[in-house]
Amino acid sequence: MENSGKNKNIKLKKIAIPLTVLLLTGVITAFSYSTTLNSANNYTKVPDIAVKKKDSIASVKAFAKVYSVLMSPRCMNCHPKGDVPLQGDDSHIHTMQPKRGTDGKGLYAMKCANCHQPENTPGLHAPPGNPNWHLPPADMKMVFEGKSSHELAKQLIDPNQNGHKDMKKLIEHADDGLVLAGWKPAQGSKLPPLSHKEFKKAWITWLETGAYAPKK
Amino acid sequence: MSVLKINGQSYTMDADENMPLLWAIRDIAGLTGTKFGCGVAQCGACVVHLDGEAVRSCVTKLSRAEGKSITTIEGLSKNNDHPVQQAWQDIDVPQCGYCHSGQIMSAAVLLRENPNPTDEDIDNAMAGNICRCGTYPRIRKAIHNAAELQRKATKS
Repeated sequence: MENSGKNKNIKLKKIAIPLTVLLLTGVITAFSYSTTLNSANNYTKVPDIAVKKKDSIASVKAFAKVYSVLMSPRCMNCHPKGDVPLQGDDSHIHTMQPKRGTDGKGLYAMKCANCHQPENTPGLHAPPGNPNWHLPPADMKMVFEGKSSHELAKQLIDPNQNGHKDMKKLIEHADDGLVLAGWKPAQGSKLPPLSHKEFKKAWITWLETGAYAPKK
Repeated sequence: MSVLKINGQSYTMDADENMPLLWAIRDIAGLTGTKFGCGVAQCGACVVHLDGEAVRSCVTKLSRAEGKSITTIEGLSKNNDHPVQQAWQDIDVPQCGYCHSGQIMSAAVLLRENPNPTDEDIDNAMAGNICRCGTYPRIRKAIHNAAELQRKATKS
């Protein structure tokens, strides 16, 4: 009986070890990803784990909605191509010319939080507020202004240009406090063109269908 | 009831926590060196230091200032001898003077963070402080002089 038990154990180990290796390889492959650009198809490869079903048509359609929000003043004004934020519904250069600074929080006596309070200041066109009000930092400017939908889509899923966000963090970013602040604008400022719920749905659809970039 | 620490002194105030800090400083603590200009953080006349940062007290609520160290123009130095104040007097920077407590408080933050500012650094730091008398050239000159005074004081 003892010998028979030992034989069974040996057989089980023989099967279990390769099976474990196979499973581990599968798991590692599933969780690892690259962001290499596929020039032929004009899209950036996203991790398979985030993609439920690749669908370039649904993905590009969802991104059109995402793009309309990201290029609206409530989002783009703090993603300028220069080092001064934009302001207002016409996205003019911020009066007083506050500069980005290294960390995106301003310079010297002109730091964002010196005027922008943890909440909106009451009054027409008074400073909007958020506890974390800032621009992207100088070493990762995450520019939206002037970007085509093709360029912005590729930028958003490139960790070297998106603030080192992986897919999980990108999906979570839809509920970031400063993103949500776009839907609580200062008095007299327009809302983004979609509700946050519609934006979040389009954002996740875009990512989960392959994060395809629209054609150039 | 709010307790504010202004220029090292505690003030207990029976005031709404949504009251602008500027109101408390001027009307309750009686420190009238800080001025009201626009009321919407556009001009810089009301700048005070909140834990060392040059905040605009007209839009800063008491609730944000509680538990923090507030410095007004009256508390910037013991004998009005902060390098920025000395330089301001040496050059006779003000004309009407209304905006200058805010100007000085902003310049003090600049010199603390950058002891050798260039003209561009001065512009970057001071662009939010408006002077309707147009004393900007003297402000710039005074900040350079204050930097020199600060360097000398550090060496000696």
